[in-house]
Amino acid sequence: MATILELPNRRREVIDRAVIRFCGDSGDGMQITGSQFTNTAAMFGNDLSTFPDFPAEIRAPAGTLPGVSGFQVQFSSTDVFTPGDSVDALIAMNPAALKMNLADLKKNGILIVNAESFKETDLRKAQSTSNPLEDHSLDGYRLFAVDLERLTRAALASLGLDAKSMDRCKNFFALGMCYWLYNRPLDTTNRWLQDKFKNKPLLIEANRLAMMAGYSYCEATEAFQISYEIPPAKLTPGLYRNISGNTALALGFVAASQQAGIPLFLGSYPITPASDILHELSMYKDFGVITFQAEDEIAAITSAIGAAYAGCIGLTTTSGPGMALKTEALGLAVMTEMPLVICDIQRGGPSTGLPTKTEQADLLQALFGRNSEAPIPVIAPSTPGDCFWVALEATRIAIKHMVPVIILSDGYLANGAEPWRIPEIADLPEIPVHFETNPEGFQPYKRNPETLGRPWAIPGTPGLEHRIGGIEKQEETGNVNYEPLNHENMVRMRAAKVERVADDIPPAIPVGDQEGDVLIIAWGSTYGPITAALKTQRAAGHRIGHVHLRHLNPLPKNLGEVMARFKTVLVPEMNMGQLSMILRAKYLVDVQGYNKIQGRPFKQSEIEEKIQELVG
Amino acid sequence: MTSATLPVYTKKDFQTDQEIRWCPGCGDYAILSAVQMVFAELGIRRENIVMISGIGCSSRFPYYVNAFGFHTIHGRAPAVATGVKIARPDLDVWVATGDGDSLSIGGNHTIHMLRRNVGIKVLMFNNKIYGLTKGQYSPTSEMGKKTKSTPFGTTDRPFNPISLAIGSEATFVARSVDVFQGHLKETLKKAAAHKGSAYIEILQNCNIFNDGAWTDVTEKEARSEHVVQLEHGKPLIFGKNRDKGIRLNGLELEVVTLGNGITEADLLVHDDHDPRPAYAFILAHMEQRPGFPTPIGVLRSWEDVPRYEDVINAQIQDVIAKKGKGDLAKLLRTGDTWEVRA
Repeated sequence: MATILELPNRRREVIDRAVIRFCGDSGDGMQITGSQFTNTAAMFGNDLSTFPDFPAEIRAPAGTLPGVSGFQVQFSSTDVFTPGDSVDALIAMNPAALKMNLADLKKNGILIVNAESFKETDLRKAQSTSNPLEDHSLDGYRLFAVDLERLTRAALASLGLDAKSMDRCKNFFALGMCYWLYNRPLDTTNRWLQDKFKNKPLLIEANRLAMMAGYSYCEATEAFQISYEIPPAKLTPGLYRNISGNTALALGFVAASQQAGIPLFLGSYPITPASDILHELSMYKDFGVITFQAEDEIAAITSAIGAAYAGCIGLTTTSGPGMALKTEALGLAVMTEMPLVICDIQRGGPSTGLPTKTEQADLLQALFGRNSEAPIPVIAPSTPGDCFWVALEATRIAIKHMVPVIILSDGYLANGAEPWRIPEIADLPEIPVHFETNPEGFQPYKRNPETLGRPWAIPGTPGLEHRIGGIEKQEETGNVNYEPLNHENMVRMRAAKVERVADDIPPAIPVGDQEGDVLIIAWGSTYGPITAALKTQRAAGHRIGHVHLRHLNPLPKNLGEVMARFKTVLVPEMNMGQLSMILRAKYLVDVQGYNKIQGRPFKQSEIEEKIQELVG
Repeated sequence: MTSATLPVYTKKDFQTDQEIRWCPGCGDYAILSAVQMVFAELGIRRENIVMISGIGCSSRFPYYVNAFGFHTIHGRAPAVATGVKIARPDLDVWVATGDGDSLSIGGNHTIHMLRRNVGIKVLMFNNKIYGLTKGQYSPTSEMGKKTKSTPFGTTDRPFNPISLAIGSEATFVARSVDVFQGHLKETLKKAAAHKGSAYIEILQNCNIFNDGAWTDVTEKEARSEHVVQLEHGKPLIFGKNRDKGIRLNGLELEVVTLGNGITEADLLVHDDHDPRPAYAFILAHMEQRPGFPTPIGVLRSWEDVPRYEDVINAQIQDVIAKKGKGDLAKLLRTGDTWEVRA
């Protein structure tokens, strides 16, 4: 319940959560503004979840609908699982942004617009026939039309900057307003400015002044009669930082390299939304991380195979179209049984599709997208922070079983951020590495009876000279072999090896009810909205369980038995029903798919409505 | 792990127990034999040699060389080899490939490996045909050639592999011939001694699908008239009676006969260390002109360019020297952090 504190001049209301969205032209700095607000909320101790949503074009024509970029954050004094279904406060820098985003603003929500950008030409670019500031279409909202440019220029007048440079700071004026509105200190952003513009003191000062001016504007003009306070969340005790999925993956692989005691080699070719992993890892040379920006996607994976062959953790990062190009090389890694990790940061497809939007439609590609029988373990993170742990888990499986492993992340996890409890080094899993050195009885395909992995015999080891390759191998010797029964044996052996991974993955234990009406089975970034919906629907008296699969191949051994305890199995996915297909085929259970293919994550309310529909 | 003394190797030490599956009479046998002999003489340890290949007849090579071997996928050997070499700059990495594998499906990897100057030695078997797929034209097949896939003759202009390698900023480019054993071995040794990328085009006869493709060069009678052997610091002389030479006139090469006032002093003196590619380019295109011999030997050997893997690893060492070895606990705590208390 909201508590209202009466202050001398204004009211300050204590609420438990708010959703705020910054939107504007791709050149308006909305991503930076949003992430600054996020970091400040995080440092304050709120739980939060973010949703950056930007166009694939770097700069679509200014002021047009395709050029609109947005950043949404939900921050709260209690648990947050999603960036929020609808928005409490919308900051729109131009008519195009307003048009694209207004539908998500709650009735009577706060709407801050840049009043100066509603001239006739701006409206034309946004394909608006009338001016929303004048035509009463915004009557249902708390509208604050502010001359952002004029006010910013006035604040920066003493700095001697040209008009264009001053106008570039208007996003920080808006940010300052939001800090006042939610009673946030400015120091986190000021620290960031100091660091970001280390050698450009004028830019530090300009942005600082613009932000201060926005803050003071609210304070002085009494435009806002009310401001809000959202107390810190009660998170598990520990040290926290804000983290995005791509950063968490990068840090996870550095940690994996340290735990394994061998170097990390990343072969990668830039592709949205995976490139940030390459950017991040290229900074960690002090950890001996080798990053190789290859000439193409194929060289990215094959160089990683070469590095794995030579004793590194071989890693390659990509998205769907790149994954398609890596297909043949994946088969080589399966055949030569090479420890390799492949990250597919999924985006909308097919072909180039929706490069900056999220989707989960590469599951079947990851499971089966190779010629012949070429099984590969597949795992998926569920939250941005979970990406860290999934990187370690993938590396552990790859090395233990001498097998390539695919990680399926997606655009939403990659760019979304949440507070992350920083683990102690002692809490990280061990990743034992054994390079074969003993020539006595050495055979390149003689398997470890427990893991079915073959020895990792790296070049430079005396007495272990041997030949491997993509042609079918004879069991044990690894020699070229075309015999029918050997081939069948090897095909079954490679499959059995992947099945062995299930020996050390935890059983599926539903969150919520252990038996009952509906079991939700899902994977990847749908974790947030499902978790949030599960809470409300169980509170409403329905008996619902939720299994969020981290391991998609092999599946937990007890999954079939868990499914049997529920009347209905619901599988929400951002695809046409790929996990549904697997579950139906494997367990002969009539699972209900719930599928959304819009380049956007599920809303909590969508999952809630689906559950209500199923329980009647 | 590694004992100090280098074992004394013979050719036999580099042979494997695998049955060789090339057609009888294939030029690959001669190349294999030369490579095995050279490996035994290089003064490097067998376990430090890695032979990597793609797909094609030539790419079966690693199975027959007793060292570390990796038979990869079509065209990708240079990329796999680059990964190996960056990870382990101390290894001697060789690639066995062909005109289809290296110049068609693997063209992209070939040019990027060469421009980066990764310390990989590439043996490119050029038989101007696709052998393993049974006789389609290759990117080096001469225009108009009738093959299984071009019954009316090819319509493609061919690549000149040497020219392509030079254009890719290769620091070592050479050509030899399968049946010229002595020359081939010498060329391989020079390639082995080169620090960066070495690209060696080996003219190789496919006696099944393109027999006699190099007869002009290899036939005993005509050989001396049709081949000029390049030697650093020596004039370009050829001919049965060593009476013909090559002279540079502006940017044009001319074949001249010695005598009648023309002496060796007028001839072009081979300089494979010239860092400018122009000279090597002119040589590369020589044999395509009537009356000119085919140059064999080292066309270009430019030692001043650092190896890619050394630059990468030096950068890592540099950062470690400046920042110290990375501390994971510290890294995880980078940026803004906050404490949540119980």
